[in-house]
Amino acid sequence: MYDGGKIIAGLIIGIGLLMSPFFYNAGKAAKEPERALTDKAKQAKQCVMDKAYMTSSHFSLLDEWRHTVVRDGERYYKRADGKVFYKSLQVTCMDCHSNKANFCDQCHNYMAVTPYCWDCHIAPEEKK
Amino acid sequence: MGIDRRAFLKIAGLSTMLGLGGKAALDVFAPGEVEASTKGVPLTAGKRWAMGIDVRLLDDKVISEATAACHRHHNVPDLASAKEEIKWIWEEDYEHSFPGHQHEYVGDDIKHAKFLLLCNHCSNPPCCRVCPTKATWQRPDGIVMMDPHRCIGCRFCMAACPFGARSFNWGDPRRVTRIPELIAKNPGFPFNKDYPTRSKGVVEKCTFCVDLLEKGEQPLCVTAANKIKKGSFTFGDLSDAESSIRVLLRKRYSLRRKSELGTNPNVFYLI
Ligand code: HEC
Ligand code: HEC
Ligand code: HEC
Repeated sequence: MYDGGKIIAGLIIGIGLLMSPFFYNAGKAAKEPERALTDKAKQAKQCVMDKAYMTSSHFSLLDEWRHTVVRDGERYYKRADGKVFYKSLQVTCMDCHSNKANFCDQCHNYMAVTPYCWDCHIAPEEKK
Repeated sequence: MGIDRRAFLKIAGLSTMLGLGGKAALDVFAPGEVEASTKGVPLTAGKRWAMGIDVRLLDDKVISEATAACHRHHNVPDLASAKEEIKWIWEEDYEHSFPGHQHEYVGDDIKHAKFLLLCNHCSNPPCCRVCPTKATWQRPDGIVMMDPHRCIGCRFCMAACPFGARSFNWGDPRRVTRIPELIAKNPGFPFNKDYPTRSKGVVEKCTFCVDLLEKGEQPLCVTAANKIKKGSFTFGDLSDAESSIRVLLRKRYSLRRKSELGTNPNVFYLI
């Protein structure tokens, strides 16, 4: 092999450059933001489903609500313990989570998700 | 797919309701209301909705109040442009409401009367047949419903509707909060903070106020109009021979818009 050393050195430098962002960020992974609960939510203690489900799958629940409300006209949801909720993003979810910026948005920014729902649904900030 | 989430939740929800009884919810809703709301189309199952509008009782005040009640609840902005206008319910003259009906000997009271038009919630709706995404479809209770989440803005439904009942959002309706001339026309938009607006690129129209029907209330135009002229609007169930609307249609002669087209409108104008 001609110029083997140079090629290997070049490869090492090249791979090193390629990996540099990983080395640069090593050990300082962006911390997941803390989520604040409103007083209303604190008082309610529980979400419409258990927390683990909400954290991992709230968008599936919202999709379910959207489908059943708009397409099937089923407007009420009953939690396992019997409490009934009016199935609405803007009226129900955002009533407890009226701190959208510190709750939904903060996590979405961290996760790089931008739901388009607010093109139409009115966010609580706009309420006042 | 065998059983999807939706089907699973439906079965799970229904069995909790049946098994554990809906009693716990009685403090929130009237007896039977919640139970009813688990059966597909709640409070409206087995119904066939229709509206009767008494033309003799329509005056400027009834028309403006009924329109305002609807447009304020549903966040329909005034865009100050005939081309971009969004309307769920609107005023029209006799000639344009009933083309083909008029002849030169019609009395002035009818010839110069003002009509209130809205989606006819046709029994045979051409709009639903042409929609490529099922964003508009007919519910079992006859309401021609619109799902803005599915609308791709192709406007086939607008071309299919012979009544001009559908409006397209050529731009973001929320521009009325940014453009000075429009701000003045829409103070406080969005008027109803509990109802969504729409966005650029979707079609919208009257829904017979499904959100209110599903809570056991009447459509807003009906309530608003009857506050001013009692009996000007009648809303009810065509499948019940003794309902107020059926009694009215037996008693009084009524017209429907362009009934010759065979779409079978469910808004009746009492002459
Ligand atoms: C009755 C008040 C209430 C309503 C209504 C409500 N939530 Fe919650 N939500 C809470 C509370 C309280 C928690 C915290 C639960 C816990 O810590 O166990 C929570 C937690 C969550 C979480 C998890 C947050 C995290 O830190 O991981 C998400 C996501 C969420 N809610 C979304 C929603 C959505 C979407 C809706 C509407 C479908 C909704 N919530 C409706 C009170 C509510
Ligand atoms: C614990 C972090 C977290 C919180 C808090 C949170 N979300 Fe989310 N949300 C996510 C993640 C992650 C996704 C993306 C899921 C995916 O695409 O698979 C998401 C997706 C969504 C989507 C679907 C977006 C799309 O384009 O498909 C909606 C709608 C949504 N969230 C609404 C809300 C609302 C409303 C709240 C506040 C009440 C909220 N979320 C709070 C993490 C969160
Ligand atoms: C094009 C406008 C538009 C967009 C975008 C939109 N919605 Fe909606 N949404 C509506 C309208 C209009 C209704 C009907 C409200 C009614 O009948 O009460 C509705 C109803 C709903 C409902 C049930 C009733 C209620 O008050 O919430 C849910 C849940 C919902 N949407 C969730 C979502 C979610 C989640 C997103 C984003 C992923 C979204 N929507 C995006 C317009 C929109």
